[in-house]
Amino acid sequence: MTLFEEIAQHYNYWVTILLMVSGLYIVVAKSNMIKRLLGLSVFQTSVYLLYLSPGKILGGTPPILASEYSVYANPLPHVLILTAIVVGVATLALGLALAVRINEAFGSIEEDEIVPVIDREDHAA
Amino acid sequence: MEQLINMVLLTLLALITFGIIRVRNLFAVVVLTSAYSFLMASVMMVLDAVDVAMTEASVGAGISTVLALGALYLTKTEEAEPRYSPLLPAVVAGTTGAVLIFGTLDLPPFGSADTPLNTHVGADYLARNMAETDIPNVVTSVLASYRGFDTLGETTVVFTAGIGVLMLLKRWRKAERRED
Repeated sequence: MTLFEEIAQHYNYWVTILLMVSGLYIVVAKSNMIKRLLGLSVFQTSVYLLYLSPGKILGGTPPILASEYSVYANPLPHVLILTAIVVGVATLALGLALAVRINEAFGSIEEDEIVPVIDREDHAA
Repeated sequence: MEQLINMVLLTLLALITFGIIRVRNLFAVVVLTSAYSFLMASVMMVLDAVDVAMTEASVGAGISTVLALGALYLTKTEEAEPRYSPLLPAVVAGTTGAVLIFGTLDLPPFGSADTPLNTHVGADYLARNMAETDIPNVVTSVLASYRGFDTLGETTVVFTAGIGVLMLLKRWRKAERRED
């Protein structure tokens, strides 16, 4: 087996994992809330890739039945990910609305700036 | 050839992700995220997931981008300088990635048809579909017919999120009016 084939066998999973840890890094290391939400959606799309990659069959076609074809991709991951995409955009919308509200209340969407303000208010109360 | 196109698109995807991490102007990040979603839709096309690719191109690259731009309009477009060293998060992410990559070495090779995933439920849907539903697009019949309750649950989630967004932003408008 050539080196290219060796790499091609698992390349999808490696990129999936790279995207996943990039999303994780953004969520943990960045303090800006909108950037974090976008990092969360990078994490989410990596999961789409994780589901769709094993369902692909080389030489197959999309799962739309026709008499000329006999090999189809697995339709079940496609259905699950269709649901996940729509739920993902719903949670992103809710998160962005929260960020807008937080900006209205604190004048900032940086967590590093907001947490000291909350601490001070807690001490005053 | 299929594999080569797939690998080139995935490499571009990885490069854009580095851009998303590094760029500090949020407007640029949103545009990069949109390009990322379109590339992801192209990868899905290559993976034979045409319905998912269409949804990702319209919802991921379209609606998400519009929502993020709207949020940027109402907040700020520049990310502040980081206060803490990114070393610890980088080590945590790197270690997680290394363990996960070790896990992938046991997975079946990409594109093989004889994996457990491709020989049980999915194959069953493909075999029964025409006789039971008469819809040639199996994704449609599984989504709306075999797994209709999943879709009902999804609609509930979207409805709840919509109510949540409306409640949050309505309060925000009232506060603005009081200031006038």
